[in-house]
Amino acid sequence: MGFLNKHQIIERSPTLLLVGSFLVVSIGGIVEIAPLFYLENTIEEVEGMRPYSPLELTGRDIYIREGCYNCHSQMIRPMRDEVERYGHYSLAAESMYDHPFQWGSKRTGPDVARVGGRYSDAWHVDHMSDPQSVVPESIMPKYAFLMDVEIEGEYIQDLMETHRFVGVPYTDEMIAQASADFKVQVDPFGDTDGLMERYPNAVVSNFDMQPELTEMDALIAYLQMLGTLVDFSTFTPAASR
Amino acid sequence: MSEHDKDIDTETGVETTGHEWDGIKELNNPLPRWWLWTFYLCILWGVWYVIAYPAWPMIKGATEGYLGYSTRANVEADINAFNDKNADLRAALTEVDLTKLEEDEALSRFAVAGGAAVFRTNCSQCHGSGAAGAKGYPNLLDDDWLWGGTIEEIAYTINHGIRNEIDPDARWTEMPAFGEILEKDQISQVVQHVISLSSTEFDTAMAAEGAVIFDEQCSACHAVDGAGDRAIGAPNLTDAIWLYGGDEQTLTETITYSRFGVMPPWGPRLSQSDVNAVAAYVHQLGGGE
Repeated sequence: MGFLNKHQIIERSPTLLLVGSFLVVSIGGIVEIAPLFYLENTIEEVEGMRPYSPLELTGRDIYIREGCYNCHSQMIRPMRDEVERYGHYSLAAESMYDHPFQWGSKRTGPDVARVGGRYSDAWHVDHMSDPQSVVPESIMPKYAFLMDVEIEGEYIQDLMETHRFVGVPYTDEMIAQASADFKVQVDPFGDTDGLMERYPNAVVSNFDMQPELTEMDALIAYLQMLGTLVDFSTFTPAASR
Repeated sequence: MSEHDKDIDTETGVETTGHEWDGIKELNNPLPRWWLWTFYLCILWGVWYVIAYPAWPMIKGATEGYLGYSTRANVEADINAFNDKNADLRAALTEVDLTKLEEDEALSRFAVAGGAAVFRTNCSQCHGSGAAGAKGYPNLLDDDWLWGGTIEEIAYTINHGIRNEIDPDARWTEMPAFGEILEKDQISQVVQHVISLSSTEFDTAMAAEGAVIFDEQCSACHAVDGAGDRAIGAPNLTDAIWLYGGDEQTLTETITYSRFGVMPPWGPRLSQSDVNAVAAYVHQLGGGE
């Protein structure tokens, strides 16, 4: 039998074919997936990245609940046009506390990976309440009702514990102080020392300019933090990426 | 599969697979040569690819590949290549004395064209893609300026922003919420006076009362005649150009609760040549001084 006919041995034995297929898929899987768990260069070492504050985390849940990710990605790709428009390309480290991540490249709306600090809080309120009032060309729906939904953060500790369960390094202190941190982030005149120590660079503001703490506050707190945490003055990109 | 197993089809003289289904047999023609060679070439290409490009995960990191390909290095080189093409102009624009920019025609054209792109990317979300603004976000096409309309003043505003916590040099003044200072009917009187400054439809009696209150409470910033003061960002109330609205209801709201328009600082985000470019663009839109 010639060399080119040897495949018949496998093809004529279902058991052998099954074992062979399993072997090939296993090797492929091990080579592609296993290294992600031990390679140190998968996630860059950067300064400034921290778990999300309780209010930001709540805002993130609202972001996901409202399906913002259907139109807005959070991943600036390393391409000139994207870097020129949105800022420094996104790093893996910047989404290491995201469960689930918000990557994507289908941009019905602009990428929001670095939207933090780009607009005023008032703009976010105007834009979320009636996007066309500030951007007439926009096709974004209105989210004015977020202003009316008051939140108290009653489940914030459970939420943070869940995130800790999947690997976000929330400390016992962070979880114990969650309720206080949740409320003080919208009070510029409150005692924010603890919050700022636990969550450096958190933006403290009465985001929606209403006395009540609403879902709008939480969502804007989240947006104003996006992409602002990593200190890029201390970051050097590694090769082979 | 020894020789005697071979079953040759009598019609074509081609070997069959040896199976028979209701008298039908399948010819075992060899694969087309072109297909087979393409298949082998793909395997060869795959081997070359994993040697040439980053591929195999090792203990510390992936193999880098002999071509030294890196997405991140590429994007940096790509951006630098474009910046280098205009390096001279960008350097000149970074250091230019903005008041003399118009004298250099080539540089001025470069600044305005580049500034338009910067504006559409970063400024249009608030000020509109045509720079006509929106309620609460100033129109940049007219000659009514809150903080100054010379190119240097515009560049300062873009660099440092307005009423933001990020830049300590941000332009910053704050109107008091007069709801805590004046009675409701007093506010209504001031509203009538403010309307009277730029319109003929107002309540004369109330406006007269309001003028007295305006003189006491508002003239320090907005000037006695209501013409405002750019040094402190106090709007001119006599020109019938309104940022939030000049009707009775909006004015009552503005005086009762005050306003607090914020602009982020763009100095930290944009290069200095981009800031100067967008300042030049805004300056030539129509209202530049």
